Amino acid sequence: MRSIHGASETSGLRVRGLTVSYGRRGHAVPAVEAVDVDAAPGEIVAIVGESGAGKTSIGTALLDLVDPPGHWTAREVTLDGETIDYRTTHTRGRDVSVIFQDPQTALNPLFTVESQLVHMVRHHLGLDRGAAKRRAIEMLEEVGIPDAVARVGQYPHQFSGGMRQRVVIALALACRPRLVIADEPTSALDVSIRAQILALIRRLCREKGMACLLITHDMGAVAQISDRAVVMRDGRAVETGPTTRLLSGAQHPYSRALIAAVPPAHRRLPRFAVPDTGAAVTDAELERWLRDRPTAGGDTPLAVDELTKVFRLPGRLFGRGARAVRAVDAVSFALAPGEIFGLVGESGSGKSTLAQIAAGLRWPDAGEARVLGRRFGPTTPKAALRGYRQGLQMVFQDPYSSLNRRMTVLETILEPMADTPRAVGLRLVPALLERVGLPRDVARRHPHAFSGGQRQRIAIARALAGRPRVLICDEPTSALDVSIQAQILNLLKDLRDELGLSMLLITHDLPVVRQMCDRVGVMQSGRLVEMGPTERVFDAPEASYTQMLLTHLPRLPERQPAS
Amino acid sequence: MARFLIKRLGQAVLVILAVGLLSFLMVRTVGDPVQSMVREDATVAERAALRARLGLDDPVPIQFAKYLGRAMQGDFGISYRNQRPVAEMIVERLPATLELVLVATVLALAIGIPLGVITAIRPRGPLANGVQAVSLVGVSTPTFVTGILLILLFAVTLRWLPSFGRGETVELGWWSTGFLTLSGWRALLLPSLTLALFQMTLIMRLVRAEMIEILQSDYIRFARARGLPQHDIHYRLALKNALMPVLTITGMQIGGLIAFAIVTETVFQWPGMGLLFIQAVQFADVPVMAAYLMFVGLVFVALNALVDVTYAVVDPRLRTGGAA
Repeated sequence: MRSIHGASETSGLRVRGLTVSYGRRGHAVPAVEAVDVDAAPGEIVAIVGESGAGKTSIGTALLDLVDPPGHWTAREVTLDGETIDYRTTHTRGRDVSVIFQDPQTALNPLFTVESQLVHMVRHHLGLDRGAAKRRAIEMLEEVGIPDAVARVGQYPHQFSGGMRQRVVIALALACRPRLVIADEPTSALDVSIRAQILALIRRLCREKGMACLLITHDMGAVAQISDRAVVMRDGRAVETGPTTRLLSGAQHPYSRALIAAVPPAHRRLPRFAVPDTGAAVTDAELERWLRDRPTAGGDTPLAVDELTKVFRLPGRLFGRGARAVRAVDAVSFALAPGEIFGLVGESGSGKSTLAQIAAGLRWPDAGEARVLGRRFGPTTPKAALRGYRQGLQMVFQDPYSSLNRRMTVLETILEPMADTPRAVGLRLVPALLERVGLPRDVARRHPHAFSGGQRQRIAIARALAGRPRVLICDEPTSALDVSIQAQILNLLKDLRDELGLSMLLITHDLPVVRQMCDRVGVMQSGRLVEMGPTERVFDAPEASYTQMLLTHLPRLPERQPAS
Repeated sequence: MARFLIKRLGQAVLVILAVGLLSFLMVRTVGDPVQSMVREDATVAERAALRARLGLDDPVPIQFAKYLGRAMQGDFGISYRNQRPVAEMIVERLPATLELVLVATVLALAIGIPLGVITAIRPRGPLANGVQAVSLVGVSTPTFVTGILLILLFAVTLRWLPSFGRGETVELGWWSTGFLTLSGWRALLLPSLTLALFQMTLIMRLVRAEMIEILQSDYIRFARARGLPQHDIHYRLALKNALMPVLTITGMQIGGLIAFAIVTETVFQWPGMGLLFIQAVQFADVPVMAAYLMFVGLVFVALNALVDVTYAVVDPRLRTGGAA
C-alpha cells in the first residue's frame, strides 16, 4: 500500500486545492471545490461519482481545457515535483494526455490512423516522417492491434469499436506521457471488450510507469484496475482511500450508498438498498382502472415462435450477391404472467431487433409473435397491428429522446388513454404520477424540467397508461446513474409484483439481469444460445458464450455489513 | 461504387426526360410554330404541307420521342427570330457564361471559406461581427441592385472598369475566351463579383456554422487534448470536415449561378446564354427557350452527379463500407 504523502511528493502527480468553476466570475458555479489528488507513477487512481459530481471537470482542468468563461485554480499541480507549465504547447499530449470515452466519435473520420499518429508524434517529439511512422506502428503493436503494419494506413471506420478504442489509447500514449487521464474509457464498449481495454490500460500504466486518473461511474472498472479511489459528490471529495478498503468498508455514508446501489452480479438481492425518493402512493380508483384492462384470449402474455429477421446489406454490383445478416434467427420463448424475462447479449446480437418485432414495430421475415393470443407474423396486415399492440407497452433506453419535448407530461400520459373518458383520464394522471414516484402536481410541465431518472418515470407512467399486460423495456436504465438505476429497477419490480405485469427486459448489463429477472435468454449473433432460470444460468452456464460473458464480469469485493 | 453510379445515372436520365417533356410542351403549346414560320399569305395547303413536314401531324408521344431523339443529336430546331440552328447559338454563347461562372465560383470559394473559418474561430471578435453584418447585406441585396451599385461606383464615378460587354476576346477553336486579354479581365471583374457575392456570403455562413459545430466535436476536443497546435486543428483537421457540405452546396450553386447569370448578364450586357435567353423571351423565340431549359437541366444533373462522386473521393467512409 502506497502512502498518500511521502513518496508521492517527489514523483507522480500531486494536486492540491483544485477548484473549477463555470459561468462568469461573480455568477460562477463551482463544479469542483478544493479537491486534492495524488497519483504515483504506475498507479491508477479512480475518481468516481455520479453525473454532476465534478469528476470530468477534474480531468478537464488538469488538461487546462476548461472552456471560458469557466476557469480553474489550484494551490499546487505538480508532476514529478515540477509545477506543470500549461503555457508551452507541448505539455498537453506529451506530459499529460487523455483517453476519451467514445471511440466512435473521438477519431477524425477523414484522416487515416497513421496520419493522426504521425501528426502528433512529429509535433511533440520532432521526429522525421520515417521515424514517426515507425513509432506509429510500434504504438499500434503496443496496444495490441494485430497486423499493425497493414492497418496503420486505414481509416477509423475500418476498425471495430474495441480496436478503435485501442487506437485512441495509442494516440493518447504515443508521446509517453507521465500522466494519463482516462475519462470513462470503457463506458461506450461491450462487456467482453470492456475488460480487455481495462486490462490494457493497467498493463501500460504499470509498464511505462504512468500515473493514471480513471474517471468513471462504473464501479466494476474501479474494482478491476484501480489502486486507490476518490469518491466525489457535488464537487467535493467525500472519501479517498485504497480501492479494496473503499469497496468493502467505506466510511462515508455517501460512498456506502453509492456502492450499495451497484447491482451485484454474484448474489441476488430482494431489493436495491437505496432510499426511494418519492415512495409510490396507490390510489383506489387508479388501481381499479389499471386492473380493469381489456383481456383477450390466451393466457400467455407474450410468446415468440421461431422468429426470424434478415437484413440485406447492399452488395457489390459486380461480384457476390447481396449479403444477408440474420439479425434474429429462429428465436422462441414465452413469458409467463408476472414473469420478468431478461434478454442479454452484446451490441449487434439482435436483442433490440427482437424487441422491436415483439413490440409490433417491425415485421418479422418468418415465425410469429403472440400477445395474449393475438398473432403477428410476416403477413399480418398493418391494420391488424393495432389489436396486436394492445396490452403491450414499451419503455425505451433514452428518456431524453423518447418523450416529446413539445408535449406536457399530462398530454404525454393522456395519449395512450384514448379509450378512457377524458374527465376520468384527467383525474387519473396525477395518481399515476404518484404511482411511479413523482409529485402529483408536475403534470403541466414539459419534459425538459425533469432529470433523467424522473423522465424515465414519466415514460413508465405513459406505458402504464396503456394498461399493458406486457412491458417491453429496452435498456431502460443504461442512460441513468447507478443510484437512479437502482430506483427505477425497484419501481419496475414493484409494478410487476403489484400489477402482475410481465416484462421483457433487454439489456447488456448482466448484474441488472441477475437482480431483476426470473429467467434469462442469452443471444449471440441472432440466435438464442442459452435460456433458463437466472440463478442457473449465472451459476452454471452451459453455452461457452455465456461462460465467456460471465468471466468478464467485474467482481466487487463482498462488502461488510453496514454497521 | 459502380452500383451507386448507375443508380445516380438512372435518376439523371429521369430528370432529363422530365425537363425534356417540359421544354417539348413549351415548343408545342406556346404559340403555333407553323403560324410563326410561314409567310402571311400562305395558303391552307401550304400550311398543311409544312405541318406534315415538321411532323406535327404525328401523335404527341411520337412527336416527343422524335424531339428527344433530335435533341440528343444536338438538334434543337431553328430559332424563330434569326433562323439559325439553336444549338449553334448556344455553343456560341456558352464560353462567356461558363467563364463568368467559373471566376465567380473561384471568387466565392477563395473569399468565403477563409472568412468562414476566421469568424468561426473568433465568433465574438470585431472582424467576425463586421463580416457577419456585411454578409447579411450581401445575402439580402438582390443581384441587380449590387450590380447597378458596382457599375455606379467603379464604372461611372471612378471610371476604372467598363460597365458592359466582354472586352476583347481571343478565339481558341470554337471557344472564345476573355482570359487572355487585359480588357477581358477588366470586363470580367464587376459581373463576376456581382454574381459571386451571394454565393460568397452563403459559403461563408455555411463554413462558419459547420466549423463552430465541428470545433465542439469529440475528435477536435481530443486533438486539442493531445496538444496539437491550434493552426493545424483549425485549418488542417476541422476545415476538411467542414468542407464536406460546402462541396455539395457549391456544386448545386454552380447550377444556380448559371441561372442567376440571367440577371447579371442583363445588367452588364454580358453576351452569355442568360442574355440569349432573355432576348428569346422578349421575342417569344420558343426553341431557344426550350433548348436553354434543357441545357440548364443537364448542367444541374451533371453537377449533382459530380458532387456525389467527389464526396466519395473525399470521405473514406463512402468508398467501401464495413468494418474490417
